[in-house]
Amino acid sequence: MAKPVTMPQLGESVTEGTIARWLKSEGEEIEKDEPLCEVDTDKVSSELPSPIAGRIEKLLVSEGETVEVGTEIALVAVEGESEGPPREDMRSEGPTEEFPAAGTVAQPAAAQRVRRPGASGGNGRGGVPDAGELRLRRSSPVVRRIAAEHGIDISEIRGTGIGGRVTRKDIEAYVREREAARGPAPTPEPARARVEVQEGDRVVELDSVRRAIANRMSLSKREAPHAWTMVEADVTGLVALRERIKEDFARREGVRLTYLPFIVRAAVESLKEHPILNSVWDEERIVLRRRINVGIAVDLEDALIVPVIRDADDYGIVGLARRIDDLVRRARERRLSPEDVSGGTFTVNNPGALGSVVSTPIINHPQAAILSAEAIVKRPVVVGDAIAIRSIMNLEVSFDHRILDGGAALRFLNAVKRRLEGYTPQSRVF
Amino acid sequence: MAVRNLLQAIHDALEEEMCADETVMILGEDVGRAGGVFRVTEGLQEEFGPDRALDTPLAESLIVGSAIGLSVNGMRPVAEIQFADFIPPAFDQIVSEAARFYYRSNGAWNVPITIRAPYGVVPGGALYHSQSVEAYFCNTPGLKVVAPTFPKEAKGLLKSAIRDPNPVLFFEHKRCYRLLKEDVPEGDYTVPIGEAKIHREGEDITVAAYGLVLHTALEVAKKLSEEHGIEAEVVEPLTLYPLDRETILASARKTGKFLAISEANITGSVTAEMAALVAREAFEWLDAPVMRLGAPDIPAAAFARPMMDAFVPDAARIESAMLELARY
Amino acid sequence: MEKTRTRHEALGLDEGDLIRMYRAMLLARRTDERMWILNRQGKAAFVISCQGQEAAQVGAAYHLRPGYDYLYPYYRDFGMVMLLGQSVRDQFLSLLGKKEDPNSAGRQMPGHFSSRELRIVTASAPVGVQYPQAVGSALAFKLRGEDGVVLVSGGEGSTSEGDWHEAMNFAGVRRLPVVFLVQNNAYAISVPEELQVAGSIAKRAEGYGFPGVAVDGNDVLAVYEVAKEAFGRARRGEGPTLIEAKTYRLTAHSSDDDDRRYREREEIEEWRQKDPILRFERYLFEVGVLDEEKKEEISAQIKVEIDEAVEYAEAAPFAGPEEALERVYAEA
Repeated sequence: MAKPVTMPQLGESVTEGTIARWLKSEGEEIEKDEPLCEVDTDKVSSELPSPIAGRIEKLLVSEGETVEVGTEIALVAVEGESEGPPREDMRSEGPTEEFPAAGTVAQPAAAQRVRRPGASGGNGRGGVPDAGELRLRRSSPVVRRIAAEHGIDISEIRGTGIGGRVTRKDIEAYVREREAARGPAPTPEPARARVEVQEGDRVVELDSVRRAIANRMSLSKREAPHAWTMVEADVTGLVALRERIKEDFARREGVRLTYLPFIVRAAVESLKEHPILNSVWDEERIVLRRRINVGIAVDLEDALIVPVIRDADDYGIVGLARRIDDLVRRARERRLSPEDVSGGTFTVNNPGALGSVVSTPIINHPQAAILSAEAIVKRPVVVGDAIAIRSIMNLEVSFDHRILDGGAALRFLNAVKRRLEGYTPQSRVF
Repeated sequence: MAVRNLLQAIHDALEEEMCADETVMILGEDVGRAGGVFRVTEGLQEEFGPDRALDTPLAESLIVGSAIGLSVNGMRPVAEIQFADFIPPAFDQIVSEAARFYYRSNGAWNVPITIRAPYGVVPGGALYHSQSVEAYFCNTPGLKVVAPTFPKEAKGLLKSAIRDPNPVLFFEHKRCYRLLKEDVPEGDYTVPIGEAKIHREGEDITVAAYGLVLHTALEVAKKLSEEHGIEAEVVEPLTLYPLDRETILASARKTGKFLAISEANITGSVTAEMAALVAREAFEWLDAPVMRLGAPDIPAAAFARPMMDAFVPDAARIESAMLELARY
Repeated sequence: MEKTRTRHEALGLDEGDLIRMYRAMLLARRTDERMWILNRQGKAAFVISCQGQEAAQVGAAYHLRPGYDYLYPYYRDFGMVMLLGQSVRDQFLSLLGKKEDPNSAGRQMPGHFSSRELRIVTASAPVGVQYPQAVGSALAFKLRGEDGVVLVSGGEGSTSEGDWHEAMNFAGVRRLPVVFLVQNNAYAISVPEELQVAGSIAKRAEGYGFPGVAVDGNDVLAVYEVAKEAFGRARRGEGPTLIEAKTYRLTAHSSDDDDRRYREREEIEEWRQKDPILRFERYLFEVGVLDEEKKEEISAQIKVEIDEAVEYAEAAPFAGPEEALERVYAEA
């Protein structure tokens, strides 16, 4: 009897996953916890350890295919149990459709086979696309033709064919709906004008991560009315402190000491005083989170990822430094687990690391606010009545104006500022 | 109108043509006195005499060769090969001779013969009473090959075959002889060679089939409609060579999903020709790969029932293939 | 006292017949010889010969009523088709594969005769296929109660094919008006009679229920005589006859065959002494039908005919390539 493996929920709010790459093929044995496949969600790429041991009877989903959480993705024949009747699936396994005398497979459905490592899923990472990928991206001749005629991007349409393929009926229905949505009045301009690709232009196809970011940013801006405010913090003391201890720190702790642990620590303590910024809008109510899980925005060249330090209030500077170092490294290596990127209640953004002095971050939906720490710049400032050169860091918060107002935001921000300004070269960190 | 089965419809066509045209005659093993081993030609010798319903010696090459000779000297013979499985000895006379007379003589000599043969798997038939041989002949310019499944078309097509100035191979599925009955018009009518028939209209998939599997496909189509709301369009080629390309393509373009089924060994069968045609000419309309169903590539159906059942695409396999295609 | 009848008179032949026969044999021979020359000159791709078998062909075919009886010749039967009515020009048009070729407009190789008007049924290359067809045509005559006869011809090699036996059997079973002429010319390409034929060809007929007779195939009057009986039987509804005409193939099988590989020149020389044309000339001289002058005259006429035919045929056009696509199926 074959047992199914289903698409797990890899992160809250994740409703679907894409099989990026099968690591095993049909007929192979698999141990419990042995990696079965790589799954992409809009947050992470992650290996899926097999929940059961046995022999892989059937891979039900092709590489590049996106399925909802809970969908059966593979069947594993478990040792010691008798074979039941073959499961009904979309491909029949009866004697010979096209009976391959020499074992050649003519079935198009059968072309969904495991790809050897190297050929990736539809992430634009290169390699030869397999049939499943092509089927999703390009579908069939008639679908492509209708898509071309109506200027439709096939990837916009939800497919009901095998593997999520867009069928002719799907695209015809889509066209009909579009026509209906336009209303009876003929519109002079097309409903969704595509960008005309000109000679020399380079077209970048969206991968699932980019699409996910796009969707989330749109969602956040659409849902939450963003407001923003900024303060300047004089962190001369912090700078001197860090200079003094950083080498020692690195030697002792084995990780670099950046400003980020200080910023996060300040934010966490301030959130305890101003819990309204650690909450979630829930239509008729606001839910204030007890746990403080701080997400750190990490820039990855072509994408943005936000690993989360859970219970960030448990850590001191050293602990935060270690956690941040670990998360950032793993983010860069794309080895984050679903737990690493879920559960965040507040987000700290550090564009200052890249030299930004002002930024207007977008809230990490559905959080209440996001803190941005900018670059530390030496500036001439007035101290008392004299001009002094001080290290100044801008701090901003974007906040959901449904949940809190400018006063609360500034009170929080000032708390963060106060704490950061409070460091002296003699401050104790360890 | 009268309800006739396939066998009776064929008999009627022969009888009516022999009545109407005194040059029409039948010849073959056991066709005269005994009326044919399947009784298709029963009564014809009584009616038309032993010279027009002629029992030949056991010699297939002679049967076809002498039919050729008769046809170039004023007769219109309908030769019977007792089982399609026994056609090979006559292959030379059919392919090298009958098919080429007209072309090689630059139109001087045409060969208006019809060669009838029962084909198809029957229980107990085994390797030499079950074969489908049509594919061997569907690559032979100068020949026409027809294989109607149902009585109504069979009668009309046989008349057309007899009247055709070219050699026509006429295959009859022996399982359908008594199984398939329907209202058949009495009296004279013809069904043109080279025209396919749409048995059932549908939007979702096209199934092209002939022989017993056509009958099965029609039953499956009904079931799919009732249980799944899938509407299959079922096309019978009727003439296997030359194929009615227009009808087959129009259907393939309409549904975008094409499945060809026959009982013959799948590799090199007539369904392959249909598939190639659709893949080439209906490509831009296709919404799924072109599919085929046939017997496995083994030398014909075995005698023992379980092995025989592994051969013919049955209702389950046909249903599975049609569902798969519809869901693609 | 009654004058002793000559051989030909006894057979009902007059001088005109004899000259016709002679001319037919000589014309076939000279045409054939010219074909070989054209082949060796590179002008004709393929030649297949009748040389040595003219008497067997003319003697038997003389009984055919053109346009009524049916002839199923094999590829050597130039003597037969020209006797029936094909012209010398026709032979060279066919040799060169020209559009005007009456056999096939250049579709077939030389020697594949066909004429609807002359009732010469289109000949094929697979050996022996003509026999079942021939008996079918004979059956048609019988079914209609007509006195038409079918003459079917082939070499001794063709009697090894299953089709020959199936046809012989059917002819015997149904007592069909068919004359089987087997021109036993001693070789089937390189295979000699002793490796080809078990027993005797002529005697096989008995096994199939009808008479078979062996005859000196190089004696045109002898062939004529046995054929006369055979045709007579057929016309009277008495059924088939097998004639085994023993003759000899003077040339190689075809222009693609080198017979030095399998037979001696001496053997051929021996048979040249028994050349059927020479033998008939001797008879004609004997009975005063032919003299030197007449012989020269006929010879010269034939040469002119052949020269003219060759010239015509060489200048004649080929069928166009698009014509190859036509006439696959007959229209109703």
